[in-house]
Amino acid sequence: MLKILKYSFYDLSRSRWSYVYFFFYLLLGVVLLFLNNDLSNAVITLMNVIIILVPLISTIFGVMYFYNSREFTELLLALPVSRNSIFLGQYFGLAISLSTSLILGLGLPFIAYGVLQSGAIWDFASLLISGVFLSLIFTALALNIALSNENKIKGFGLAILLWLFMAIVYDGLFLVALVYFQDYPLDKFSLITIMLNPIDLSRILILLKLDISALLGYTGAVFKDFFGTALGTIISFSVLICWVILPVWRIKYISEKKDF
Amino acid sequence: MVTITNLHKQFGNLKVLNGLNLQITEAGIIAILGPNGSGKTTLIKSILGMVLPQQGEIKVIDSKVHKRYGYRQKIDYLPQIANFPSNLKVKELIEMVKDLRGQSTRDKELIQLFKLEPYLDKKLGKLSGGSRQKVNLVLCFMFDSPLIILDEPTSGLDPVSLIRLRELIQQEKVKGKTILITSHIMSFVEEISDRIIFLLEGKIYFKGTVNDLKTVTGEPNFEHAIANILTSNHA
Repeated sequence: MLKILKYSFYDLSRSRWSYVYFFFYLLLGVVLLFLNNDLSNAVITLMNVIIILVPLISTIFGVMYFYNSREFTELLLALPVSRNSIFLGQYFGLAISLSTSLILGLGLPFIAYGVLQSGAIWDFASLLISGVFLSLIFTALALNIALSNENKIKGFGLAILLWLFMAIVYDGLFLVALVYFQDYPLDKFSLITIMLNPIDLSRILILLKLDISALLGYTGAVFKDFFGTALGTIISFSVLICWVILPVWRIKYISEKKDF
Repeated sequence: MVTITNLHKQFGNLKVLNGLNLQITEAGIIAILGPNGSGKTTLIKSILGMVLPQQGEIKVIDSKVHKRYGYRQKIDYLPQIANFPSNLKVKELIEMVKDLRGQSTRDKELIQLFKLEPYLDKKLGKLSGGSRQKVNLVLCFMFDSPLIILDEPTSGLDPVSLIRLRELIQQEKVKGKTILITSHIMSFVEEISDRIIFLLEGKIYFKGTVNDLKTVTGEPNFEHAIANILTSNHA
């Protein structure tokens, strides 16, 4: 598997799109940090960008990559290599490459800004950790879509729908539910609903690291009470890890049964 | 070398292989022929474990195929469509396949044979279809495996490379290997193959030498003999 991972990563590290992605974050990081003196504001803006953009790029780029490398996959399938190593290798190659663009693109301006000496290091770290998790999760979901759909147009359509649902529609439905059931106690319901969507979960995890979580009022207190504790953190990360493991397990399962 | 018993494969409603039995014991060049959609590629891909049959068993050199991959070490396969990661250079792709299969190879000799030296540092995305097919051929022949499977090896090749390919296949045959070929170019098949297997509707319709086929159909010309099978069955 490591050999496939190495070559997938190597192939991607030369792709123009990896650099476009990297330079986008670099530019964004530099502009936000050096043209704006408030670190907390910069982190919030970055969070909003990461939370929306990382899932979008991971799904679209993921689906595109797997459809494009289909012939290469067939070449590998004829070699004495197991299916597991081929697909998991490609998955990790892609996910690591996307994460590297993110970490380097945002990391360099932050290091230049001197974040390592400041107290904001943990805000920044939670930003990057969430970004990496989102890359891992949405790349895995993209590969699931690509493996289950031979038709590229359908695959792309589903990928965009998935992103739209997770990033926008889910929050809308959540909000409608909150308004509709406002007479009932909703704190447990909100906690669980947020946990079930990795995008919302990441957003809350980052927000709670920042001072502005005080502005969330009573609702914020409920979240701070849960996510701020060790148990809450452990549960949140377990949920994020489940969001990685389940799609990856399904990749393994489908790829074992698929005809090429 | 290859034993296939009662192989069934269906894609949706489409039955492609329908209880196919095949035993290839001897060395030599065997052409797999048949009309479009007769299951040639499905048969080959089942042997390689890329297509998973619903029923039946395939054995390659005493190893079962189902859910295993080690046996592919003994197969050289040339896929029909030569499409490679476009960001890799030719040299890197060759190194990669060598790295993944881990055998001593004769890649240099083959690169020379197909005159690929000027392309070694070029990215695969920039190569023409013919050059890509040559890279494909190098990747296939650089390992010394007892079973060689060629799916449309002639596609996109210029006449000089075609002659070299023919010589190469003959050399491999002399080494006592089993070579399975599919091709739509009948003159190529007639010239090169020792025996042919004719697939029709997911079963083996005819197995024997080119001359046997001519006698059976009563046609002195190979191309007409093939056409004869098709028309007498589908008329």
